[in-house]
Amino acid sequence: MRSGPAPLKTLLWQAIRALLDSARDLAPIILVIAFFQLVVLRAPVPDFADLLLGTFLVLIGLTLFVQGLKLGLFPIGEAMAWDFARKGSLFWLLAFAFSLGFGTTVAEPALIAVAAEAAEVAARGGMIDAADEAKADYAEGLRLTVALAVGLAIVIGVLRILRGWPIQYLIIGGYLGVVIMTAFAPAEIIGIAYDSGGVTTSTITVPLVTALGVGLASSIEGRNPVTDGFGLIAFASLTPMIFVMGYGILI
Amino acid sequence: MDTLCPFEHILPLCATLGDVLPIVAILIGFQVLVLRRPIANLRRVLAGMLLVLAGLAFFIQGLETALFPLGKLMAAQLTAPEFLVIDAEADSQSHWHAYFWLYLFAFSIGFATTIAEPSLIAVAIKANQVSAGAIDAWGLRIAVAIGVAVGIALGAYRIVSGTPLHYYIITGYVVVLIQTAFAPRSIVALAYDSGGVTTSTVTVPLVAALGLGLSSNIPGRNPMLDGFGLIAFASLFPIMSVMGYAQLSAFYTRLVQRRKAQPEDH
Repeated sequence: MRSGPAPLKTLLWQAIRALLDSARDLAPIILVIAFFQLVVLRAPVPDFADLLLGTFLVLIGLTLFVQGLKLGLFPIGEAMAWDFARKGSLFWLLAFAFSLGFGTTVAEPALIAVAAEAAEVAARGGMIDAADEAKADYAEGLRLTVALAVGLAIVIGVLRILRGWPIQYLIIGGYLGVVIMTAFAPAEIIGIAYDSGGVTTSTITVPLVTALGVGLASSIEGRNPVTDGFGLIAFASLTPMIFVMGYGILI
Repeated sequence: MDTLCPFEHILPLCATLGDVLPIVAILIGFQVLVLRRPIANLRRVLAGMLLVLAGLAFFIQGLETALFPLGKLMAAQLTAPEFLVIDAEADSQSHWHAYFWLYLFAFSIGFATTIAEPSLIAVAIKANQVSAGAIDAWGLRIAVAIGVAVGIALGAYRIVSGTPLHYYIITGYVVVLIQTAFAPRSIVALAYDSGGVTTSTVTVPLVAALGLGLSSNIPGRNPMLDGFGLIAFASLFPIMSVMGYAQLSAFYTRLVQRRKAQPEDH
């Protein structure tokens, strides 16, 4: 048995393979942009140097991210799930689930952008005052609403894993909620509400929450990590739709 | 701020750190105060977190230097009235072929951005690990990407035709419900997840630019109202395509087994 650090050659080979994987992941987007630029729009590529530099940065970034995922985010998410299962306190597990959902969403840049746009829409639609202060208040309220919805979603999702509820009944219930709310919500808010479900789950939250769910499902006897471990993200994209429409009805 | 983050224009490390900090605070807070257990392989985990942070910073910077400006410009050009040959008199639906490139762009940009989406890569890796290889990471990602591609193309058509968003979404829900009843149990939760996972760092800015361009240039559309909704399409259709993928592969497996069984009958 060999121990100690891997030989330089192996490390180098691994690094090259990781880079090649990222290149494969990025090839489609580069091909699409090149095809439309050169063939459809027949325009020259502006700033070729910038394009090359940017593509290189994206390649390095994706490679580092995927390595970091395997070294850091996945292990810590799963380790914490096991530790919570061993501790056996439902309260603290749910508190953790809520904080994770709320905390990662409330500061999410994509959500901040969407909330600001939504305030603009609401002001034009005459739902709120057009003054900047009213708009800021509205955006802030919306942001908190979405964060609350995601926090609650992770709590429900964790409870589902613990109890082994089949996911489809909860999702069907959620869909019914969305359909009912759509009937009552003001027209201006519907598009934003539907979109808010998609923007809440960021690149760091997704791996962490996935690892948490899979870890919990593996640590509890009788749960299957594939059938029960996934589904947390699904709740996190469903509840904001309902909550945002509720916000639109109330305000 | 400038003195703290001197290289922010080269690499947005501080901005990324700002995104990561709340998450790290929650993790450490619960680990230290509630669980009161040391983290196993602390140094490895820390190194991994640093890699994630640096990786995201590079990734976002690269996107903003190269792909986003070009992609957004492209979305604007492809939706420009001159390109779409919109004239005020003809009704815009009669010459839909003028929109061919637009729909093709919507489809391909949806597919391509999804393949590059880091959070989908993460979920695919995990699904592959957990299912002991039964779920193929590439197969899953391609299924999701096809779903997003169809979703964005249909979403673009919706903006062009001006039909209400909720008709599509509610019909989509009904299809998802029917599929859920027939799809293999093991894929259902993963399929629901893939809807939320797809719309992230790469997809949202480009798709938003497309929606904004379309709704401001098509006569009679209001960008504030009709520009939204593309993301919703992008999160609904992968649910269908992932369940469809699982249904097809289950069907194929049964077919192969039946073929194998047949010679023994004769």
